[in-house]
Amino acid sequence: MNHESTSALPAGLEYSEGGLKGVTADWSADKQAFPVPWGKAMMWIFLLSDTFIFSCFLVSYMNVRISTTDVWPNPSEVFALTVFGKTVPLFLIAIMTMILITSSGTMAMAVNFGYRRDRGKTAALMFATAALGLSFVGMQAFEWSKLILDEGVRPWGNPMGAPQFGSAFFMITGFHGLHVSCGVIYLCVVAKRVLSGFYERKGTYETVEVAGLYWHFVDLVWVFIFAFFYLW
Amino acid sequence: MAHGHSAEAAAHAPAGGHGEGVQHPIRIYLWIWALLFVFSTFSYLVDYFRLQGMLRWSLIIIFMLLKAGFIVAIFMHMAWERLALKLAILVPPLALMVLLGLMAIEGDYTFVTRLQSFVQQIQTPGEHREVPKFTPGH
Repeated sequence: MNHESTSALPAGLEYSEGGLKGVTADWSADKQAFPVPWGKAMMWIFLLSDTFIFSCFLVSYMNVRISTTDVWPNPSEVFALTVFGKTVPLFLIAIMTMILITSSGTMAMAVNFGYRRDRGKTAALMFATAALGLSFVGMQAFEWSKLILDEGVRPWGNPMGAPQFGSAFFMITGFHGLHVSCGVIYLCVVAKRVLSGFYERKGTYETVEVAGLYWHFVDLVWVFIFAFFYLW
Repeated sequence: MAHGHSAEAAAHAPAGGHGEGVQHPIRIYLWIWALLFVFSTFSYLVDYFRLQGMLRWSLIIIFMLLKAGFIVAIFMHMAWERLALKLAILVPPLALMVLLGLMAIEGDYTFVTRLQSFVQQIQTPGEHREVPKFTPGH
């Protein structure tokens, strides 16, 4: 390939053609296949494996919902909330969805300010993201306790219909909630390092982007849970 | 990596792929944020207005895929990655479609088998046993 004409580019980006030719060049040349920071490539591969885990949960949920002969509890009614004397279907879930989307927005902007080397704004936006994530977990805790204590839902049965409802619900939302909780801790650690100038000394803010990838993935998983578990 | 490196990489903006991140205007994130809000509201309204059947399912899937696409492409910067990385991450999940199809067939089969079994239990009264009703707390 054209080493001479593109030699001004940094290492790993010599092959600047795009498309399938670029794929061939990236894989067949005797060099690193993905010209991205290793942390980013590893995070993507971790997220790919996580995609398979969540997909297994959602597919098994689909399987038990298809195969049960009992009636499936209507999520629209189960997760309804009475607000100001009026019963609104999926009220809390809608708010949780909006909160997670908002947190994704603040995280995307944090990554952007990170690359602009604006430490204050980056850290502030990351802490805001973590706070939104924390409120999401709080609402989930409220939802779980309401379901367990008031509605009597257990992983092995519930008074509303198919017993598989409980196991699918606790498994899927529990695993997602665990991811959000870990994400909050992860974001706080990275944001603290942004503030302390750790990445300034390191010379790159790519760790902020990698943390952002994880956070957006948590939001992404919720999109699928919202569609398949709550709305279906 | 030195400071100059990122400025250089951003300045060159090579076709796809950005080692240190191309700087996009904040505007694009606000736009996507607003779009995600709109799509979420629409999918919530599908439930609120109690649309049913094929209309409900197709609307849910369309809004879901739109949201997922924008999150991956813009928020996760996949749109600006090189094709090699895009393929490595986006192609393997397609294998899940096979799992999905197999488990849907399997689920249907289990459902039919259970129905047959329960009908037989009802038709032979001697062997029919009452399944205890679930009560919370037990």
